[in-house]
Amino acid sequence: MREQSRLTPGRVLRLALLILGAIIFLAPYIFMISTAGKAQDDIFTAALSLIPQQFRYLENFSKALAKVDMGRLLWNGVLVCALIFFFQVIVAIPCAYAMAKLRFRAARTMMALVMLGLLVPIHATALPLYVGFDKLSLLNSYTALVAPFTISVFAIFLFLQFFRAMPDDLINAARLDGMSELGIISRVIVPNAWPAVTAFAIFSVVAHWNDLYWPLIVISKPQYATPPLGLMNFRAAEAGDDYGALMAATIIITIPLVAAYLFAQKRFVEGITMTGLKG
Amino acid sequence: MASIAINHEGAASAAVQHERSEARTAWLLATPAIVLLVLFVLLPVVAVLILGFTDFELGVGNIRFVGFENYTHLFGDRIFRKALWNTTLYTAIVAPVSILLGLGVAMLIEGEGWAKSFFRTAYFLPVVSLIVAMATVWQYLFHPTIGPINALAGLAGLPKLNWLGSSSTALYSLAIIGIWQSVGFNMVLFLAGLTAIPRELYAAAEIDGAKSSLDRFRLVTWPMLGPTTLFVVIISITNAVKTFETVKTLTDGGPNHASEVLLFTIYQEGFVYMKVGYASAMTVVFLAILVVLMFLQYRILDRRVHYT
Repeated sequence: MREQSRLTPGRVLRLALLILGAIIFLAPYIFMISTAGKAQDDIFTAALSLIPQQFRYLENFSKALAKVDMGRLLWNGVLVCALIFFFQVIVAIPCAYAMAKLRFRAARTMMALVMLGLLVPIHATALPLYVGFDKLSLLNSYTALVAPFTISVFAIFLFLQFFRAMPDDLINAARLDGMSELGIISRVIVPNAWPAVTAFAIFSVVAHWNDLYWPLIVISKPQYATPPLGLMNFRAAEAGDDYGALMAATIIITIPLVAAYLFAQKRFVEGITMTGLKG
Repeated sequence: MASIAINHEGAASAAVQHERSEARTAWLLATPAIVLLVLFVLLPVVAVLILGFTDFELGVGNIRFVGFENYTHLFGDRIFRKALWNTTLYTAIVAPVSILLGLGVAMLIEGEGWAKSFFRTAYFLPVVSLIVAMATVWQYLFHPTIGPINALAGLAGLPKLNWLGSSSTALYSLAIIGIWQSVGFNMVLFLAGLTAIPRELYAAAEIDGAKSSLDRFRLVTWPMLGPTTLFVVIISITNAVKTFETVKTLTDGGPNHASEVLLFTIYQEGFVYMKVGYASAMTVVFLAILVVLMFLQYRILDRRVHYT
């Protein structure tokens, strides 16, 4: 901590460990980018050379784009994540506000429900939900992809903590100004709750962009496939070892979230720290 | 509601009026959440509990209550027992290793001022990468003939392995991916914990004779990180128990059920073989595991409040 500028043996060891670890952790990305530019025979001969002998990026990327409807996958991913986030917030904020700032008898029961809900992942409710969606002929639809996640008890929990810390005077002043409760939520609470909303947005998007379990269950038609599902199907169909095209597809699908992270690193890290939860 | 109104008829003050309208507003605001919560969480959980006592199969007409038959069947089921064991083994590897590495990396980064944000990014990137996509990359890295890992092993004179394809290494290969994926997440939580430790404590420890960095770690860092660590432990275990994506994409539970984990078995029985009743009983076991973990977390969070 003190001998920051000098290269003491301790510091050299520390840096060596960090750099070695970073190389190991980045290796999959390095190989992904390298392999996406290699020709098939190149892949089969030199596993450790990172520079492709002939650059086949264009070929591999166009092959990936021709075989999978990437635009469709990415659009589905964006649409599903956006809808889920929109409903989660619009449902959770009023509920959390009521629990934090208004007096009503059910608040305690609600709190117990929220704590209970935090425990239950989609894996536990998937069977009856699947049967229900099947009976309503809703499988293979955006509704099936979005509906089960419109309620996020985690969002309620997070916003509740945040709203409790807001001063009551702020709300009382707004009431004296003649604002309705909905007006207070949209014009006083939400603008002040921005850090919590951003943190939750990151949590929600990372979780649902990556989710494979539920889409795998309810979607069998390619036109509704989300990025993980689409890539999995592409992989399964591509039973051979066309790793060049596979890596190209992998890059296209990995980029959106990684780019978002690189642009807003601080926010992401804050969001992850604040929500402290995953999956 | 009605009886309350009658009782207070004489003294229907503005305050009571106000309280009632406040409660009404609260109900209105909470109603969408309550309805969805009942529809998508409470009812399905109750349904799973009930279905676990039936022989319900999708596409087969009649449902019969079978009592605890599913459960007795479950513990005699070799595949289910294998899945439970594999989930335990996977968790026993991934959770401790990713916690220790997460802590180690966080301490190295915190102690090193140089290129802090580069290192943080490098280790954190897997957390925000699409796991199915990165699993594809790992499949290439692990490839028995063209994979770089075996090429490296060859250079070092080590035997080449069929990492994902042999039943003796499949689960461990998945565990390596699991560790790679969660170290960055744990690191970020530990970094947050480390920054919260007041600098004066280190100075005080030094005055008290804690000369080596190991002493400082034992006397200051470790106790102060206690709450963070317990939190990370529970989250890591929960996430490891929920592992599914890599198993489904890379091994399909194989070879010979060597990498079959709990969620994969539930998925297979319930959504592939359509044995909803049987898979529901498995889900109840899965939920029971989560309940125990959640209970531990409450106890821990409780203690955390007393400490600070």
